[in-house]
Amino acid sequence: MRNREVYRTTGKISLPHFFRSLWSLTNRDLKKWYLAPAILILSLIQPVVWLGLFGKAFNFGSIFTSSSFNIPGLSIPKSVLDSLGNTLLTQTFGTTSYFSFLAVGMLAFIVLFTSMFSGMSVVWDRRFGFLDKLLTTPVPRGSIVLSKILNSVIRALIQAAVVLVIAVLLGMSLSHISVVGVLITFGALFLLAFGMSSLFVLLALHSKDWQSVTAIANLLNLPLLFTSNAFFPVSAMPSWLRVIANVNPVSFAIDIGRNALIGIPSTMPIAYEFLYLGVFAVALGVISIILSWRLLKG
Amino acid sequence: MDIIHVKNLSKVYNGKVKAVDKISFNVKEGEIFGFLGPNGAGKTTTIKMLTTLISPTAGDAKVFGYSITREANKVRASVGVVPQQFTADEDLTGFDNMLLMADLYGISRKISKQRIIELMRLVDLESAVKRKVGTYSGGMRRRLELAIGLVNHPRVLFLDEPTLGLDVQTRTAVWDYIRKMKKDYNMTLFMTTHYLEEADSLCDRVAIIDHGRIIKIDSPDRLKASIGGDIIQLTISNEKADLKGVLKRVVGVKEVKRSGREYRLKVKSAETVAPKLMVLISSKGYKVTKLSMTKPTLDEVYLDYTGRSLREEETSSGDSMLQRRTMRLSRS
Repeated sequence: MRNREVYRTTGKISLPHFFRSLWSLTNRDLKKWYLAPAILILSLIQPVVWLGLFGKAFNFGSIFTSSSFNIPGLSIPKSVLDSLGNTLLTQTFGTTSYFSFLAVGMLAFIVLFTSMFSGMSVVWDRRFGFLDKLLTTPVPRGSIVLSKILNSVIRALIQAAVVLVIAVLLGMSLSHISVVGVLITFGALFLLAFGMSSLFVLLALHSKDWQSVTAIANLLNLPLLFTSNAFFPVSAMPSWLRVIANVNPVSFAIDIGRNALIGIPSTMPIAYEFLYLGVFAVALGVISIILSWRLLKG
Repeated sequence: MDIIHVKNLSKVYNGKVKAVDKISFNVKEGEIFGFLGPNGAGKTTTIKMLTTLISPTAGDAKVFGYSITREANKVRASVGVVPQQFTADEDLTGFDNMLLMADLYGISRKISKQRIIELMRLVDLESAVKRKVGTYSGGMRRRLELAIGLVNHPRVLFLDEPTLGLDVQTRTAVWDYIRKMKKDYNMTLFMTTHYLEEADSLCDRVAIIDHGRIIKIDSPDRLKASIGGDIIQLTISNEKADLKGVLKRVVGVKEVKRSGREYRLKVKSAETVAPKLMVLISSKGYKVTKLSMTKPTLDEVYLDYTGRSLREEETSSGDSMLQRRTMRLSRS
């Protein structure tokens, strides 16, 4: 008989045990990402493609300020037209660079999309019996759910960082950029990712098949994006859409980011917007952890 | 000493399906206790309740005196589980899988790293420690699951269909690993199986379970003895002679049937009776040209107690999906 007394698992939940389980489980999921170069590169290419194609194709700036724009019969000087265009752009988007405006929207977009598929690994773990195996160990139940949330939050933020770098390389305006601004933006993105991941982990815990999880994610992702200020400012929307856009957490994260990164005045005080996102993230996180206790039990 | 104590344990699914119906039994420290029954008999449900994966509808069980309903986390910390499915993460190495599980049990890294090597050596996977589990063969994966089940050095190990889908050769090898593990770590084993040879070869005591109820608990030998005894079939050289009466008088012979030169005897113990019969027949001047002895198998025992042979029963689609996956992977 080997010495069994070297350690003693008491069955009580201790904080160090919780955090170590949490990190081990999170790292297990992250390893599938960073140890598989193909998946890593593909998941980084996606935002680049979006930003490059979409961001450059939707160039409102070139519509208003291009040299061919004129009114027949009148010969308005180009400088007047340009300044007219710039005023138009500034009034609508808060900046003359629509690409910069959109780039910040893309940061939230990639966070949203990554979070939405946080539930997939829960479904697979359940299907292959890994979840059952986990549940036979004395691992604190909360750490299982939290690890799934954390995994997708980390991925989302890393992808967002890549998008930001690419955006800068592609010509995003740097006149307002600062370390603090970047930190504030990522703080907001963190809260957005945390809330969205919690929501989708919760949905995944409810279902046994991955089809319904992807269906729900696909049903929600574009509406959430289009009812936000990612492409258009809320002020330019019809009033009914404005109501939705004004409660959509994606709008709040983008608003904070636009203020912090490119200096567009935020629609509400930033502290208030942070509070909103914080409540959103904490509420969904707590709900999914509490419900996971019940849902994880067969 | 009883290490597992089960009293009136029941599980009803959806308010109507009685998967486990008021079973009670005890498992003694140090024994290998087997649950034998077909798919759908309630074996996996029982093991899931005892390992705290699902809670019972009624009744309770104690493992080391800890209640599975009220002290679930203490039960979890002290038992090991080898599930029916291959649960190790295919994208990680064998070592990383073990390390993850050790972390979840709260074992310090210093101890676990050394323990993992020791356990991988036990199941002869030392050379595959740094390989991704996806590249393992079926037998290797089963051995890895065994090793993972031991990572917290449990005193009781639960094994759910430990050789499901493995070919006969690998199965025998896995049995040897199980015996070795039990001896090295001085454990009590609770296992389920629907393979009769497995129950016969490994278990000290077997509970025959059918439709969620325990029908009989005893050692495999006693179970086999209980259905009547061994069969001796012999053929003698002379067709005319009738030895029925003579053979019947031999001590240990219970029943003799004759058809021509062939005799079929039900005896208490074939090994001791057969030589006596040979001597007797030659003393009468006849020759035995053919002799065979059959020991009753658990299959016959099962047939005797439940009225049917071990058969496949329908299980839920999710379960059978997992079972098919395990069987497919086992053969790879």
